Amino acid sequence: MIGFSVNGRRVDLDVDPSTPLLWVIREQLGLTGTKFGCGMAQCGACTVHINGEAVRSCVTLVSQATGQSVTTIEGLSPDLTHPLQRAWVEEDVPQCGYCQSGQLMSAAALLRDHPHPMDDDIDAAMTGNICRCGTYPRIRRAIHRAADMMAKGGAR
Amino acid sequence: MIRQTVVPFERREFLKLSVAASGGLLIGFQFPGIGKLASAEESKTFMPNAFVRIGTDERITVIVNHSEMGQGVYTSLPMLLADELDADWSKVGFESAPVDPKYNHPAFGIQMTGGSSSVWSGLQQFRQAGAAARAMLIAAAAQQWNVEASTCRTDSGAVFNPTGAKLSYGLLASAAAQLTPPEHVELKDPKNFKLIGKPIKRLDTPEKLNGKAEFGIDVKLPGMVTAVIARPPIFGATLISFDDSRARSMPGVRKIAAVPTGIAVIADTFWQANMARDAVRIEWDEGSMRDFDTARMMEEFRERAKTPGTTVRKDGDAEAALSSAAKKIEAVYEVPYLSHLMMEPLNCVVDLRPDSCVLWTGTQFQTIDRANAAKTAGLPPEKVQIHTTFLGGGFGRRANPHSDFVIEAVQVAKVAGAPVKVMWTREDDMNGGYYRPAFLHAIAGGIDGSGSVVSWRSRLVGQSIMAGTPFADMMMKGKGYDPASVEGVDDLPYAIPNIAVESHQAEIGVPVQWWRSVGHSHTAFAVESFVDELAAVAHKDPYQFRRQMLQKQPRHLGVLDMAAQKAGWDKPLPKGMGRGIAVHFAFGSYSAHVAEVSVTDNKVRVHRMVCAIDCGEYVNPNIIAAQTEGGAIFGLSAALFEELTFEKGRLQQTNFHTFPVLRMNECPEIETHIVESKEKAGGIGEPGVPCAAPAIANAIFAATGKRVRRLPIRLSEAV
Repeated sequence: MIGFSVNGRRVDLDVDPSTPLLWVIREQLGLTGTKFGCGMAQCGACTVHINGEAVRSCVTLVSQATGQSVTTIEGLSPDLTHPLQRAWVEEDVPQCGYCQSGQLMSAAALLRDHPHPMDDDIDAAMTGNICRCGTYPRIRRAIHRAADMMAKGGAR
Repeated sequence: MIRQTVVPFERREFLKLSVAASGGLLIGFQFPGIGKLASAEESKTFMPNAFVRIGTDERITVIVNHSEMGQGVYTSLPMLLADELDADWSKVGFESAPVDPKYNHPAFGIQMTGGSSSVWSGLQQFRQAGAAARAMLIAAAAQQWNVEASTCRTDSGAVFNPTGAKLSYGLLASAAAQLTPPEHVELKDPKNFKLIGKPIKRLDTPEKLNGKAEFGIDVKLPGMVTAVIARPPIFGATLISFDDSRARSMPGVRKIAAVPTGIAVIADTFWQANMARDAVRIEWDEGSMRDFDTARMMEEFRERAKTPGTTVRKDGDAEAALSSAAKKIEAVYEVPYLSHLMMEPLNCVVDLRPDSCVLWTGTQFQTIDRANAAKTAGLPPEKVQIHTTFLGGGFGRRANPHSDFVIEAVQVAKVAGAPVKVMWTREDDMNGGYYRPAFLHAIAGGIDGSGSVVSWRSRLVGQSIMAGTPFADMMMKGKGYDPASVEGVDDLPYAIPNIAVESHQAEIGVPVQWWRSVGHSHTAFAVESFVDELAAVAHKDPYQFRRQMLQKQPRHLGVLDMAAQKAGWDKPLPKGMGRGIAVHFAFGSYSAHVAEVSVTDNKVRVHRMVCAIDCGEYVNPNIIAAQTEGGAIFGLSAALFEELTFEKGRLQQTNFHTFPVLRMNECPEIETHIVESKEKAGGIGEPGVPCAAPAIANAIFAATGKRVRRLPIRLSEAV
């Protein structure tokens, strides 16, 4: 059995420890907001947090999550109130939307470390997340907007 | 903006209404020649069969007959309906239409999404549906109040009478459902639009921010198993034998079986199936493509372009004018095979029963897929239903004329013995074919003593997209060439007295397909690069040179001027930087881009893209901007990075590490400027793509004096 917490809920699973965390999240736990895009940490669609750090769950073995705290897009906020989610709405970021869970999770980790990110910080944190629809300019604007919201008291 | 129109209903039965099983008002349309509209009774069985459902709970559900793949149809089409309905926008939702002839594309005759056509083709359809619903709600209210309908007005989801009394649509829904539909509906005067033309936020955004949006890959059915397919490593290779003795005993594996496209490995979970697939040993007969090599193919293309091809367009005598021109130049442009590479790899869920087949997938081609699924399952089409999920990108790949990923999934379902999800990994998706075809353009141009272009000859070599598809007859009959190969050069807009366009169709066993902007994805690069080369030979400014030759093309001029002006075309740039311009017409819309680039150590950096778009009447400028930005980035990504190559029949790229695409750190600033127009609505999903590559290539020339004639751009190859 492998035990860890997901979005604050304790889970104990009988699963092959070499299974990538992504597939455990999606198939065993039914949290399908975390997406599969490449399977080799190239596209960022599968980004989740382990203890607040952004990781690519497609190359993270479930055993590595043992005893850790995992947060997925479903746990970013209970009601779309995270400043990033509000900023994503304001900038109307998503097109197809498939990569956006990963984009948001990468951005959330960025804002934790850099509450006032410069464009270079955004490049560094977000370059691992591919979007084929071309929402990058809006993602950039939305991250700045979320940082402003947090500075003005929207911080969580 | 949208013009006002009064739409007469020619036939009484054009519009009918029926009481939905849920107790609301359903408005259905019948289009000529598409078959009988379901009766009220049938609608309970075949629900929903129409475009709008108004609930007694005030919810207004717009049923959308186009697939949402990021282009915003789940917002723009509901806007059309809701505006005419005077709905309270906060109560408006969307639902994807089931497969039914009622939802066929009004212009193309099948249920599908593509060709940048959803909004222009849905304009009347969705406005009429909204206006008709509104008329019936007013009639219902007037009856209750015992007043003339003409004295009532509507606003924000309610009917009002002259005394100020109010009845909400939800309260009226049941009564309205009993009424006779109107003979005519009058559409709004555009000056009264509340939604159309406004930058309304997308309806589908919230669920794309919390993981709730359901894509095909997310569908889970009770008892469902997951399959992956081991497909041949070379196109046309066939199975000799396979050994699954080790794979069969691996955890979770349910079944391993040969299917027409390869070996299906079926397991409880994706990861188990994927691991087991790696353990299957397969021997392939590599077939006739075993020596296929793209470098050699391009050499052959170059040779072929030296000979005349099938005539596509002939104005005057291009050959004679070339011979007598004061100056003559020639250039050869090449573009590679490209993968669509949607972020969501292909997948399809099938629940196959003895007398039914239900599919869940992100498809752009419902009618074709249903017919092919039915044939494969051995069922009549009406026994097959498709639930169209959100599409994690489409770009044309999910509109496969052969329904490749759907037929295969049904074939797997026939052996799976349970509902099955067929998943493609990124490698499967990239290796799976149906690419943008590689193309070669050989162009010759002649200039007279005063610097005017007197002759243009384009010869194209590449594979046909239409050939071998169900559309070949309709599109290619009597032509001897594929219009999808030459679109964007066959209608060369420049005032040149002698023009020849010739096509060579290459027969190669690599499956090809439409890729966002189709032929325009390469013709604009070749044409707009060569116009720039001619401008340089004529010692003219590339913007003014184009202007001179576009005097009779006001909409080309409109976007060209807008882009140049907003970009500050005449403002000097620092050394090492350059500006490039391109203009193109595609899918009913006019587009121009100005790119600003810098070149250092043979590395190109695109700093800014200024895009001007004239798509005629438009619905949502916010979505226009998003699609133009996204199109420019799609074109930019291809121009800078993307290329598929084959050696010894094998694709050399497997995943994003060998097929790089544009990322955040490489993304320029992008501005979109809409040229206001009263012309007929055009497309927006694709027109943003074609100008990106030539604008960048021309900017590189401005910065370095070097010409880029092959994509993706490699400065070491520039001349």
